[in-house]
Amino acid sequence: MRFFAPAAWPAMPDFEPSHPPLLSARGLAFARNDQPVFGPLDFSVDAGEALLVQGDNGAGKTTLLRVLAGLLRADSGEVSIDGRIATAALRSHAVSYMGHLPALKSDLTALENLDFLCGLHGRRRGQLPGNAMAIVGLAGYEDTLVRQLSAGQKRRLSLARLWLAPSPLWLLDEPYANLDLDGINLVNRMVQAHLRDGGAALLTTHGAYAAPPVRTRMLALERAVASA
Amino acid sequence: MMWTAARALMARDLRLLWRRRGDALQPALFALLVVVLFALALGGEAQALAKVAAAVLWLAVLLAGLLALDTLFRGDADDGSLEQWMLAPVPLSWLVLVRTFMHWATTALPLLVATPFLAELLHLPHDELPVLLASLALGTPLLSLLGAVVAALTVGMRRSGILVALLALPLYVPILVFAAGSVAAAAQGLDPTGALLLLGAGLVLALVLAPLAAAAAIRIALD
Repeated sequence: MRFFAPAAWPAMPDFEPSHPPLLSARGLAFARNDQPVFGPLDFSVDAGEALLVQGDNGAGKTTLLRVLAGLLRADSGEVSIDGRIATAALRSHAVSYMGHLPALKSDLTALENLDFLCGLHGRRRGQLPGNAMAIVGLAGYEDTLVRQLSAGQKRRLSLARLWLAPSPLWLLDEPYANLDLDGINLVNRMVQAHLRDGGAALLTTHGAYAAPPVRTRMLALERAVASA
Repeated sequence: MMWTAARALMARDLRLLWRRRGDALQPALFALLVVVLFALALGGEAQALAKVAAAVLWLAVLLAGLLALDTLFRGDADDGSLEQWMLAPVPLSWLVLVRTFMHWATTALPLLVATPFLAELLHLPHDELPVLLASLALGTPLLSLLGAVVAALTVGMRRSGILVALLALPLYVPILVFAAGSVAAAAQGLDPTGALLLLGAGLVLALVLAPLAAAAAIRIALD
């Protein structure tokens, strides 16, 4: 499994300057009840690059990711994927979103959950749910009901789902939450391998305690001050 | 792609149903209790029961369906599954349609199977049974589809118990009128085909429009 190969720094692929970034946002802003949540933001993420979105609680990290995923509509600005304006159809093939909610059914086994999510989102070629479970360290838990898994194990199962998804762009909301040190390393290794394959990832975190060892850029969000 | 997703969703719902097979019987048991209560209240006199049997059965089925309505999207909204549905490469309305069909098949279909027995309890004349079953077969999917729109509208609320009923019942009125009307017509020796055809037309219309409306409602509710 090349996934567990010694962590060598991946060679960054050379892109021509004209190649459009995998994800770019221009003037992106979102407000809730006329209170600005974030923005306007301008940023871009190239293939093979990770963007670490940092900010305090309530700074709008989750909202930003939900806007990028298409779950919320931005008030102004635009999002482009691969140089094209992001539509729902384009997003559904290019974006995988892992949010706070696990999207797992507690009355199904781990493997049954993965089977369903693969049927829904499609599966990366050459990847099988069983292998993905071994990669995230859940080998042996295939037939365990999700209700019997710990919070960290559920998070690992979500990571397995992410690993199976065929999308190049990962939007990870607090991927390190509930994970032990080994799990944090796992997220970093997965992001590293994903980026080496030409993908990109956005990660939110409230602290700088974990950053994947790849070409990472930072986006610091500050809490928008409400103008009284 | 659409069929893969539909198959995955159907397999998931069947597995969930099997894990909680006790829940699956609840709507049928509820309908049975309603029917028994009516029979007790009316005094068990065969002639009095036979006159209202079709209407009582339809009401029992409708109320049982109403109680099951809140479970249509609630669980998937709470655990974040709906978010993933929205991001899937298949239309949300298609997933809504498949989910509604599975919900109908697991809550209304058992009722349909139980109807001949319940009808016997109420002394429904035997020649009215086929018309009643036909009206239920056309009417209950229609109830589920209209109910899906209401359930989708209220999915963003924490506690929506009675609101679902208040929103859904007015929409159910025409269905009840035509369905009970078809059986009443058959009882008087008239041709029930017209009312049944209207139910069928409503079903076709709802099959196309209700999933689109419910999908739009889910997008708004989860905003």
